[in-house]
Amino acid sequence: MPELQAAFASALSLIVSGDPQLAEIVLLSLRVSLSALAVASALGLPLGAALALARFPGRGALILLVNALMGLPPVVVGLLIYILLSRSGPLGFLGLLFTPTAMIVAQTVLILPIVVALTHQVVEELWAELGEQLRSLGARRRQALWTLLWEGRYTLLIAVLAGFGRSIAEVGAVIIVGGNIAHVTRTMTTAIALETSKGDLPLALGLGLVLICLALLVNAAVSLVKDIARRLHV
Amino acid sequence: MLPSLWSRTSPVACTSEPPASILPLVLRGVGYRVNGKVLLADISFTLQAGGASFILGPNGAGKSLLLRLCHGLLVPSGGEIRWQGPAAAEAPRHQTMVLQHPVLLSRSVAANVDYALRLRGLPRALRHARVAEALQRVGLLPLARRPARVLSGGEKQRLALARAWALRPQVLFLDEPTASLDPAATRAVEEVIRDIRDQGIKVVMTSHDLAQARRLADEVLFLHHGRLLEQAAAQAFFSEPRSAEGRAFLRGELLW
Repeated sequence: MPELQAAFASALSLIVSGDPQLAEIVLLSLRVSLSALAVASALGLPLGAALALARFPGRGALILLVNALMGLPPVVVGLLIYILLSRSGPLGFLGLLFTPTAMIVAQTVLILPIVVALTHQVVEELWAELGEQLRSLGARRRQALWTLLWEGRYTLLIAVLAGFGRSIAEVGAVIIVGGNIAHVTRTMTTAIALETSKGDLPLALGLGLVLICLALLVNAAVSLVKDIARRLHV
Repeated sequence: MLPSLWSRTSPVACTSEPPASILPLVLRGVGYRVNGKVLLADISFTLQAGGASFILGPNGAGKSLLLRLCHGLLVPSGGEIRWQGPAAAEAPRHQTMVLQHPVLLSRSVAANVDYALRLRGLPRALRHARVAEALQRVGLLPLARRPARVLSGGEKQRLALARAWALRPQVLFLDEPTASLDPAATRAVEEVIRDIRDQGIKVVMTSHDLAQARRLADEVLFLHHGRLLEQAAAQAFFSEPRSAEGRAFLRGELLW
């Protein structure tokens, strides 16, 4: 137990003193996950809404597929992106493998289905509630799409935060396509995996604490959003 | 073409040039089925411009369904529904509907009206005045900046009416607009409906409230079990209904 206590103490001091190595890793993690979240939201919100409003053959199957993709194992996503980006792969000429960009791509693929599926659900419910009146007022489906996204803004923010929670915490995809290279592609989760196996518990624990704090922050943000929405009666 | 069926003539607001009308609305042999179940059968009638036409009938008669078919929200399983006025081609933009439970967006009172005008492509410069005018008419101008969803039930319905009114429709469909309101709010909403009708806008409204129909209706279409049993001037219907079901309904004996 004393080793653990010592590790815990030095982890805390790493955080409190703002250790540059730790800070670098945390910042890279945030950069990768927030970028992936931005891309996934920019694509996923309109796509999810379109899936709720448009009627085309194969729509049901597509909804099933998106829902199934929500549970995609991160390592599998990592593997697929690895194959695409590897030197002999179809996108190998881009030279993206083992760069932060590759990690952003992998995490985008990972959370896009979450954003699409949750948006689809939210917008479908709103359409059931508002659709008839919007049609009566003369809204075309494309106009309704943006209206409904705005109507669901608080619920959708929660969907987006769920996506962030998944991307910041996953290790399988980023470790495969990023390679956990120090100062380049080392994120919190990959560093924890590596440092733990190397026996450097203080750094792993310190990063773990930061991750837990982030998880708490995201959850606090979710309930804050819900609270604000309730107070505004929307 | 049928002659005007209501006795009272409505004062029409003076506008510089009255736009071409989309009315009359003609239904011929309209039916509506869901999974083989007949909900409306063989409905034929003509609605002329002006006045308030009430679709009356007991619960489950198909009143709301008929209203939605007329408005174009539903497609009939048989028969035809046709606007036959000179402006029939533009019928969709000259009509709108207010539902029993007002459907409002999560934004301010004024923004709810503005939204509808924006959908019609009205430039911003014109919208502001129209929003204010519509809110003024229903007495909601002082609440313009409030979030719409914190309004009381009656205020919400008046806002829905203001939004509809701001579009300056030729035809306004109302589906039981006071069914979930208390008497005071009902009176306020009826006041607005009367104003709208007196502006020359055709009001087509469902109701199961006979007292309300007596107060507002110029014409009655009596529906029972998915069939149109009578179309008559309101006075004629209330003093002497032609059908046995109509008489039972007026005596308060026909519940469904």
